[in-house]
Amino acid sequence: MSKALERIYNGLIKENPTFVLTLGMCPTLAVTTSAINGAGMGLSTMVVLILSNVFISLLRKIIPDKVRIPAFIVIIASFVTIVQLLLQGYVPSLYDSLGIYIPLIVVNCIILGRAEAYAYSNPVIPSLFDGLGMGLGFTVALTLIGACRELLGAGQLFGYQILGADNVFYQAGSLRPLAMFLGEYTNISIFIMAPGAFFVLAFIIAAMNRIRRSAAKKGKRIAPASDCTGCMGKNCAECAGGLKDDTSIQKQDETPVQRNVNTSSQEQNGASVQDGAAQDTENGEGESAT
Amino acid sequence: MKTLLIIAIASALVNNVVLSQFLGLCPFLGVSKKVKTAAGMGAAVVFVITLASAVAAVIYQFVLEPNGLAYLETIVFILVIAALVQFVEMFLKKFMKSLYQSLGVYLPLITTNCAVLGVALTNVQKSYGILTSVVNGFATAAGFTIAIVILAGIREKTEHNDVPESFRGMPITMITAGLMAIAFCGFSGLL
Repeated sequence: MSKALERIYNGLIKENPTFVLTLGMCPTLAVTTSAINGAGMGLSTMVVLILSNVFISLLRKIIPDKVRIPAFIVIIASFVTIVQLLLQGYVPSLYDSLGIYIPLIVVNCIILGRAEAYAYSNPVIPSLFDGLGMGLGFTVALTLIGACRELLGAGQLFGYQILGADNVFYQAGSLRPLAMFLGEYTNISIFIMAPGAFFVLAFIIAAMNRIRRSAAKKGKRIAPASDCTGCMGKNCAECAGGLKDDTSIQKQDETPVQRNVNTSSQEQNGASVQDGAAQDTENGEGESAT
Repeated sequence: MKTLLIIAIASALVNNVVLSQFLGLCPFLGVSKKVKTAAGMGAAVVFVITLASAVAAVIYQFVLEPNGLAYLETIVFILVIAALVQFVEMFLKKFMKSLYQSLGVYLPLITTNCAVLGVALTNVQKSYGILTSVVNGFATAAGFTIAIVILAGIREKTEHNDVPESFRGMPITMITAGLMAIAFCGFSGLL
């Protein structure tokens, strides 16, 4: 039981996929125009994550090591298709507003990353809770970002008008002063448009950098942010696998590759990057690929 | 011809793949420190996306659709794209050494770029034909190249600026991208 709770805490707080690890940025930016869209995307991803984690964990002794990535992708893509069809059938409005980003859950870094880093080397029950924890972390993060953008950009929260003229507080007579005060707000509509997503995320990551720095001063260690150069595949699996889990999943034939990519991604992420770092990174990854 | 041109402009500039659809964000932010590498990445993306959207459109038109298997598009496309990139890499390595040396480095990074799958799926969703799909794929990739080269140019210029410590690295790049996205909003009046 404590193991299950530990996994959930890990996914929700300690290694939150969005805020701490900065994984799966494409959907994070694209669908968070409102809190409800963010929550819908988060929940869909969570369902896929739990199911694929459980399945990969069940099949971990059967899947040969060499073809594990294609096998993971097929399993994940199957579950994504199931979720897509279910959404289309039962929640058509959400299906329409998420659009192409539902099938693109397949290429979400978090899912393949957890498959590689956790489910492939752990029993079924912990894998299930790992999926649940990571999925919850992702859902909470997306809902929060969605709520921020919706509130600033449209003055709404989950579709209720909170700020600006004719907000919900006018209906309750006693709250009229509050309603008038909030009514002064003018929507900054850039926040629900594409550029707003970049700005919100930039400030969130900056805040995380700040927290990470002050934690480092106190001697505490927070998992480093990953800096994936690919949305999926080996790169991604290594990014998510590089966070020290209690399990060591490093396969012998791949150890040098992993080390190479990890160091290069840290280099890229470092605050003071030298001139040639980009060049080095490219070369490093090129070598690892050939 | 006119519709093709409109589709091309719409995908390259108005609905820019990174700045308004947020696809392929990882290489956009990760490989944009130097204009030269960014241009190389862009060329590789143009190559792969154009090829992948052609192959995906052919498979959808002649295999999936007639057999009533359209719901398998996600699984089939992702496998086809992964296999295609592997194949292209092997082919270039064997037969076109010089092209491999300039593009090869970036190919493994793209297998996995969500823009490739995104374009293939968009083509199906908008029920484009094969030619239209190829044009749309090429234009989308060209839009990616434009965006990544511009970002790399800005990052080269601003590399030694005094940025607040917390904003160094990823956050300031994101803000740059956000400002670029505002500029690209201006294209929406074009069509």
